[in-house]
Amino acid sequence: MLRRYLERFNWLDFILLMFRVVILVAIAIGIFNSVRAAKYTDNQWATLVFAGLAQGSIYALIAMGYTLVYGILLMINFAHGEIYMAGALTVVFIAHIFNDSGFLNAQPLLAILIMIVIAAAVSTILNVVVERLAYKPLRGAPRLVPLITAIGASFALQYTFRGLYGAQYRAYPEVKALRELVTVFGYKVPLVQLVVPASALVLMLGLYFFVERTKMGKAMRSVSEDKDVARLMGINIDRVIVITFALGGALAGAAGVFNGLFRPQGINFYMGFFPGLKAFTAAVLGGIGNIAGAMVGGVFLGLLESLGPNLILEGLGIPSVNQLKDALSFTMLVLILIFRPQGIFGERLAEKKA
Amino acid sequence: MKRLFAVLSLLMVASVALGACAAPFDCDDAIGCVDIAPGDPIHIGAMLTISGATAFLGEDSRGGVEIAIADRDTELLDHPIQLTVEDSLCSAEGGQTAATKITADPTIVGVIGTNCSSAMTAAMSTMSASGVTTLSPTNTAPALTLIGEEYTWEPGYFRVCHTDLFQGAVAAEFAYNELGARTLATIHDGSPYADQLQEVMAARFAELGGTVTFQGAVNVGDTDMRTILTTVAADTPDVLYFPIFEPEGPFIVAQSSEISGLEDTILIGADGLLVAGFPENSGENAIGMYLSGPYVSGASYDEFLTKWDDQIGGVPPSGFHAFAYDATNILLDAIEEVAVVDSDGTVHIGRQALRDAVTATTGFDGLTGVLDCGQKVFGEGLTANGDCATGEALGVFKITAAEVLEDNWPPPVEYTP
Repeated sequence: MLRRYLERFNWLDFILLMFRVVILVAIAIGIFNSVRAAKYTDNQWATLVFAGLAQGSIYALIAMGYTLVYGILLMINFAHGEIYMAGALTVVFIAHIFNDSGFLNAQPLLAILIMIVIAAAVSTILNVVVERLAYKPLRGAPRLVPLITAIGASFALQYTFRGLYGAQYRAYPEVKALRELVTVFGYKVPLVQLVVPASALVLMLGLYFFVERTKMGKAMRSVSEDKDVARLMGINIDRVIVITFALGGALAGAAGVFNGLFRPQGINFYMGFFPGLKAFTAAVLGGIGNIAGAMVGGVFLGLLESLGPNLILEGLGIPSVNQLKDALSFTMLVLILIFRPQGIFGERLAEKKA
Repeated sequence: MKRLFAVLSLLMVASVALGACAAPFDCDDAIGCVDIAPGDPIHIGAMLTISGATAFLGEDSRGGVEIAIADRDTELLDHPIQLTVEDSLCSAEGGQTAATKITADPTIVGVIGTNCSSAMTAAMSTMSASGVTTLSPTNTAPALTLIGEEYTWEPGYFRVCHTDLFQGAVAAEFAYNELGARTLATIHDGSPYADQLQEVMAARFAELGGTVTFQGAVNVGDTDMRTILTTVAADTPDVLYFPIFEPEGPFIVAQSSEISGLEDTILIGADGLLVAGFPENSGENAIGMYLSGPYVSGASYDEFLTKWDDQIGGVPPSGFHAFAYDATNILLDAIEEVAVVDSDGTVHIGRQALRDAVTATTGFDGLTGVLDCGQKVFGEGLTANGDCATGEALGVFKITAAEVLEDNWPPPVEYTP
């Protein structure tokens, strides 16, 4: 028995196993210490949880675009953060027009719906144009080529929008109705932090049903399985790809408006870069190519960023924890990829395309 | 006839010989001269952050430089002025790259830049060794001009904005004496500017008798400040000082009201946030907060804003354009002063002479007050070279509803030292 075990023993596996144990123990100790220290009140923790949920659902919406495109083309659309920026930055002007005329605070629901539609339209059109101009001519090229092109497209979009709107920071006007505090489980939370996750969830469920239940969704899934066979079955591949980009763009545009409601400041041409990177991380965390995975990955990342520094790192006695927020999320990415290289929900994908 | 020809040729030979005697300019400058042939431009460089998240700062400075040049009809000593702008980003790598590019061009006489103290810290040695004269419109980190082993200054570097040794002390005295604050928390963003400024402020505050409860940092590019604000709120300080930039500053202001424990904390920012768009971007939470910074106003400043609207369009995107304008004028005046002009129009500029001329600038009446570029002493062991600002134009401003809701700018001055 022991001999057979020793024969199978592998130092690398052993080190990896120890590594996992050490990490899990460290996280547990960190949480235990932070909770025991009781430095923060319940209300403060609740603030972090709800803000993390709202942030996470915005990441999740952006992550949809990465995951859809990857599922179909096996390509990482690095310009997707810029698609999100385009909608958010364009609508900031419309939001101010609505605000100055009093429409925004008189009819908040209608005004926000119009803003979402415009942002989604801008992002959709842009994403489709980028696909046509930058990616379609490279359809048959090796996978590295469209990836580099996407990075180029990202810079081109950033500086085009800087030329259009200038480099200064702008902010969305405050919607009074959304600033009101509502009581959830005894904690006071700004309404916007409930509205954003709820609306994002509705949109993502809509996308899920579109992909699973409609004819076009079926076509998308079959293209994702095997392009050549799908073409033989009479599916118009180019049309499916355009619709995929359009869907990803629309969700990114909506995410731009949600971001403006949740956190009105910091709107400029560069605002898409980091959220794009984070959303990509979220998509990989969840298992890229998987819609439910991107959703869970986004929310997980949002909560981790919000709670991680004070809950895990501070309990471990690490100094200046707040600067380590990004380091923590990307470390978590690396860890999850060591534990589960295919991401949280990525099982089927790993068999099919790895 | 023959004789006349002989006399004429003799005269000609003599005149050529005389001319040849006068022509060679003897450069006796310690670090060399720049020679500009007739028709060639006088070449000025600029190292600004013109891409990335801080591009608004670079555009702001660039406008100031361009207006100063346009004011002279793009001409100096009958030579056209040529401006080359390099992107120094807002980072050490950017500063190093831009410095290497700028100093590789031997025709560049002087440079306006950089924007970020981090970029200048990296660029300092290269710039100094190359012989160019550098004037920054926006570097405020104290170490850049202090003389000593642990500090950064090297010959040829000047700055027109004030050092944060002035600003940090003013903010601390205001918080302790005027607001009656006894506990303080600070947040910086890891940049030399913010880090050194909050350090000066915290040190002065402690010296006055206050307690510093927390000194923390966020990253440039962070959007969610709730985690750090929660850490700050655990000690419920009287004052939260965050000398950082947009957009991180507005995020802190806007999100502060959500955190329980910060209800009575007074927010104070610094000149990085003294931008016309800041109160509106931050929203109603900004009402009642304070900003320290230089106070630029008056008829000549209004005239400058008109020129901006005519030549560039709109309003400047940040608060440092007047410094860039003054820096450019100090540089061009100094070039004019030290240049040796030959009879054919060739201009020679001694590099050391130019540095000396800028150092000797006193009583320069700029948009940003009276400037004086000589050596200054800030206390024991703190002697600075190249600081042109005298600190007299600093103030603390109070943001009121008029700035947030009605586009009023600048805000009323609450305190001057």
